[in-house]
Amino acid sequence: MSEKVLMKGNEALAESAIRAGCRFFFGYPITPQTELAAYMSKRMPKEGGTYLQAESEIAAINMVYGASAAGARVMTSSSSPGISLKTEGISYMIGADLPGVIINVQRGGPGLGGIQPSQSDYWQATRALGHGDGQIIVLAPSTVQEMADLAYGAFDLADTYRTPVMILADGMLGQMMEPVVLPERRDELPEKPWATTGHKGQRPHNVVNSLYLTADALEKLNVERFERYEVIKREEQRAECVMTEDADIVLVAFGASARIARSAVVHAREKGIKAGLIRPITLWPFPTDAIEATIGTAKAYLSVEMNMGQMVDDVRLVVNGRKPVEFYGRTGGVIPTPAEVLAKIEEMNAKGGE
Amino acid sequence: MAEERKIVYQRPHALLPVNTNYCPGCPHGIVVRTVAEVLDELGIEGTTVGVAPVGCAVMAYDFFGCDMIEAAHGRAPAVATGCKRANPDNIVFAYQGDGDLASIGMAETIHAATRGENITVIFINNAIYGMTGGQMAPTSLPNQVTQTSPYGRDVATAGYPIRVCELLSTLDGVALAQRVTVDTPKNVRAAKRAIKKAFQYQMDGVGYSIIEVVSTCPTNWGLTPQEAFSWMRENMLPYYPLGVFRDVLAEGHESVAEAAIERAKDCPIVTEGGK
Repeated sequence: MSEKVLMKGNEALAESAIRAGCRFFFGYPITPQTELAAYMSKRMPKEGGTYLQAESEIAAINMVYGASAAGARVMTSSSSPGISLKTEGISYMIGADLPGVIINVQRGGPGLGGIQPSQSDYWQATRALGHGDGQIIVLAPSTVQEMADLAYGAFDLADTYRTPVMILADGMLGQMMEPVVLPERRDELPEKPWATTGHKGQRPHNVVNSLYLTADALEKLNVERFERYEVIKREEQRAECVMTEDADIVLVAFGASARIARSAVVHAREKGIKAGLIRPITLWPFPTDAIEATIGTAKAYLSVEMNMGQMVDDVRLVVNGRKPVEFYGRTGGVIPTPAEVLAKIEEMNAKGGE
Repeated sequence: MAEERKIVYQRPHALLPVNTNYCPGCPHGIVVRTVAEVLDELGIEGTTVGVAPVGCAVMAYDFFGCDMIEAAHGRAPAVATGCKRANPDNIVFAYQGDGDLASIGMAETIHAATRGENITVIFINNAIYGMTGGQMAPTSLPNQVTQTSPYGRDVATAGYPIRVCELLSTLDGVALAQRVTVDTPKNVRAAKRAIKKAFQYQMDGVGYSIIEVVSTCPTNWGLTPQEAFSWMRENMLPYYPLGVFRDVLAEGHESVAEAAIERAKDCPIVTEGGK
């Protein structure tokens, strides 16, 4: 039985990745993911693995591309501005159906932005990770335990669906310490017959590629990839629902802001307001089923985010005009307080009573 | 009679029986074939992984019989690094043109070289972007007319060409940097010896090796293949002289590591180790 240890989110995530069989880490220094890279630089040599500080974020993601093509479990980590640089490589990974895990410990933006926690890369993660038709799986931990658990599972998701997987964390989750039970080590990893490991004269040559100059061929591949996305949407949606069965006001919040929203919901209940929380754990696929399950009973939805209102788009797409959807958020690295969120719930509750 | 016949020339096994996309008269075909011959002669097709660039050689993954990876523009050295680190027993080479290697991918090139990544880079320098239709390259010569230097490369505004082998030869991680060309049978044989040595160095773990092939682009230079080779000899070879710019073994070292320590022998942290 594993015991509880006290760890920073960034370090728990890194240790968990190693236990999932990841032996290759390529990265470039950036705040606030620093502890993750430092942990990897300390641990990887002891595991017979590779920590390589790349010359740039672009080089790092392309090293991930190369190691993934060679069949390895591999990851990179960065923070918002660095993720923008990685989007080229992520697009190529999507196009070449390469697995890999990418960590975004988000900070405020746009531009150089700030170094305080933020969730302002939601759109980028779920809509625009590089050019072309494509999505990647995006997971949103909300505790240090989940930093560990989701990182561990991310490698299996990546290999199963041959897709990059992103852990969309933030500076708060990365830096905070909480007790965590680390997952068991695993050594048996899935076979990858498509990998470029040298054909040894035993098979035709393998090619890892995203170039298709014939329009029909490229269309066919994209359509097939989107059929795989439909399976992911059906099988992999995950959300935690807190007191949503009888809730009049359903909050939707992920990651660090879900911790605040949860406090606000508890306070609202104490005041006799029937509030509940849906916490998406997968941001893509978005947990539409969890929201759909509340559509008959909820009177209104409130998306709480650390940005100017990004996930609220996805909530509105599911609700599709059937109920009001409102937004509350702080941005630039400002963390909303439970009191601020509670005030918004009370305001909505008063409107609902009219 | 039949038993007296012997095959003296045939398609190398590591070259797949496909049509290439190269223009008539393009030396890419010679170089691809030469690399394939080397893979055959060293018996390493089955353990080799090639990385194709973006540029005229973008389709090289369809030509080589070994496992192949197609990289983003300029990123081949980073992709090769990831691949080689994952499977150090594989032989990994990148095949790149001048825009790919010396412009958009210069950071990846320099850092793979200075890390001493145990990979081999085949670099085709024809002083122009061929695939996109003849734009100025980082290696286009001063006053060279291209689609995007229609009055000739003006060094006052466009700067000077990069001599890649000379540049990389200053880096401690480089085991072999040699410039060759393929305009005559004699030079093709010399190029093949250089390419074979580069792969052999990788097999022996000596370090990063790059073979620069000074080449032509008859299509975008607007010349016949023969005229293009003449223009190359007349203008490119004086600017990009053939020769060996770094060869750590020939210089009497056992490896790049030993050569690097020798070069920094007065630097205590290098010779005695850090705390």
